[in-house]
Amino acid sequence: CKRTPKKRKWESFPGRNKFYCNGRIMMAKQTGVFYLTLVLILATCGLFFTFDCPFLALQLTPVIPVIGGVLFLFVLGTLLRTSFSDPGVLPRATPDEAADLERQIDVANGGTGYRPPPRTKEVEINGQTVKLKYCFTCKIFRPPRASHCSLCDNCVERFDHHCPWVGNCVGRRNYRFFYMFILSLSFLTIFIFAFVITHIILRKYLRGVFPDLRSGVVVCFFSVWSIVGLSGFHTYLISSNQTTNEDIKGSWSSKRGKDNYNPYSYGNIFTNCCAALCGPLPPRYSLYLHTHRCSLRHLLYFFIHHNHPSGPAWVQQPERNASPQPWTPETTRKELCFEMFYLFVYLVGTSRRTHCHSSGPIVHVFSGRNTWRKLRRTCKLHTERPRPRIEHATFLL
Amino acid sequence: MATEFHNLQELRHSASLANKVFVQRDYSEGTTCKFQTKFPTELETRIERSLFEDTVKTLNNYYAEAEKIGGQSYLEGCLACATAYLIFLCMETRYEKVLKKIAKYIQEQNEKIYAPRGLLITDPIERGMRVIEISIYEDRGSSGSSSSSSSVSGSTTR
Repeated sequence: CKRTPKKRKWESFPGRNKFYCNGRIMMAKQTGVFYLTLVLILATCGLFFTFDCPFLALQLTPVIPVIGGVLFLFVLGTLLRTSFSDPGVLPRATPDEAADLERQIDVANGGTGYRPPPRTKEVEINGQTVKLKYCFTCKIFRPPRASHCSLCDNCVERFDHHCPWVGNCVGRRNYRFFYMFILSLSFLTIFIFAFVITHIILRKYLRGVFPDLRSGVVVCFFSVWSIVGLSGFHTYLISSNQTTNEDIKGSWSSKRGKDNYNPYSYGNIFTNCCAALCGPLPPRYSLYLHTHRCSLRHLLYFFIHHNHPSGPAWVQQPERNASPQPWTPETTRKELCFEMFYLFVYLVGTSRRTHCHSSGPIVHVFSGRNTWRKLRRTCKLHTERPRPRIEHATFLL
Repeated sequence: MATEFHNLQELRHSASLANKVFVQRDYSEGTTCKFQTKFPTELETRIERSLFEDTVKTLNNYYAEAEKIGGQSYLEGCLACATAYLIFLCMETRYEKVLKKIAKYIQEQNEKIYAPRGLLITDPIERGMRVIEISIYEDRGSSGSSSSSSSVSGSTTR
């Protein structure tokens, strides 16, 4: 069969998102504030590890930098995971779907052809009436709790908010990472703040000198209050199973009506928390791409069963040999491991350290600009797709 | 190989897409994935109501199993959090495992029940879990089929 190159769904993605690493990393269009977040976290932690940790490790205990290090890595990991994952973007309706919906709406309006704005559909969820709005951009009736992000131009499931600090929307798929990020960041800022104060006090008493740690203290002080406050707010949201969007609009507040209650809440705080944080992680819809050859395969099924019940001899073999593998998360995972390996050696190999020849055979042989190409040739891993440039990948999911 | 591709083209022309039916989501139990079991009127002449309802009910059960919040999902969530979510590089989530089962089930249903009736079910995951798309095919002409069947039986195996 003819081998046509597979077109990834993200290559023709209609929203305003940016993709890196062959579609594995998905971010919003404006990422400036995300880099600011990264710089702030790295700079503050860098200052803490350089100036405070040596003193504290000697005077108190070396466990302090270890705990600090673990917290720092966890914060960084959850931040990158929140920023790089698909928040739960709903794909836009296919033309057939959109036409079918239009037909149904026309019938509901009495077939006059007049379109009254806005279009809503009412559903009853656990006894509460919920209005589903029609999205004119995506041409679908938004599922409950979904909302359209105007910055990213996508409908996102269980839309919480668009966070510029994280450079992405926060929705169904990455809410838990976002929560873990702000929670661990609160612990990290309190940790750093406490130990910087300890450092100042100890130095004052031991040597009578005030070390100049003012900048670290100032950043920590403001961050502590804002981030701890945000963590507290999101803890309340999780325990009552609401989104920021719903809370701001007051969708389930008793002020709206005596019988108004949240139909999604499980009733107790523990179940709500577990459902939000430990519930199953839904897949990315944009990963499930089937090329046109699958539709030919199905037509083949139709034809042979409809007209040839016994089937011609050569098509009775299962089609697994005929059609290529669709791009599934499994194939992605294997290649992801290879890419991580490439990236690691590339980063090691192109670092401009003067003593690189003592780091080991690989770095000694492959130092310089052509590391990437030499390494690939040596590993002899050939893939069908051309390797894209890795622009911003430091953490691959 | 060229002859095989030539035959597929011929086959494509003899079956044409007449209509598409969309089975929408049922939100009465919240945001969990569930499809309406209401029988669409366009399929009345094509397939028995019980078969259609069975398919949709089985799919609903599969999705309920994938989204179930219980012991196993808690364990998976806690383990993932403890390993900073790196464990998903080696292991696939429960949801993905169930999606594979669903894909196999839909393929089997298409082969056994729907294709013989000129229908085709598209996996809802390809439509963002919004609808179950059922394509209705019409057999355009039986004259085309007899000529292609002779060329098919004459072609060599790969």
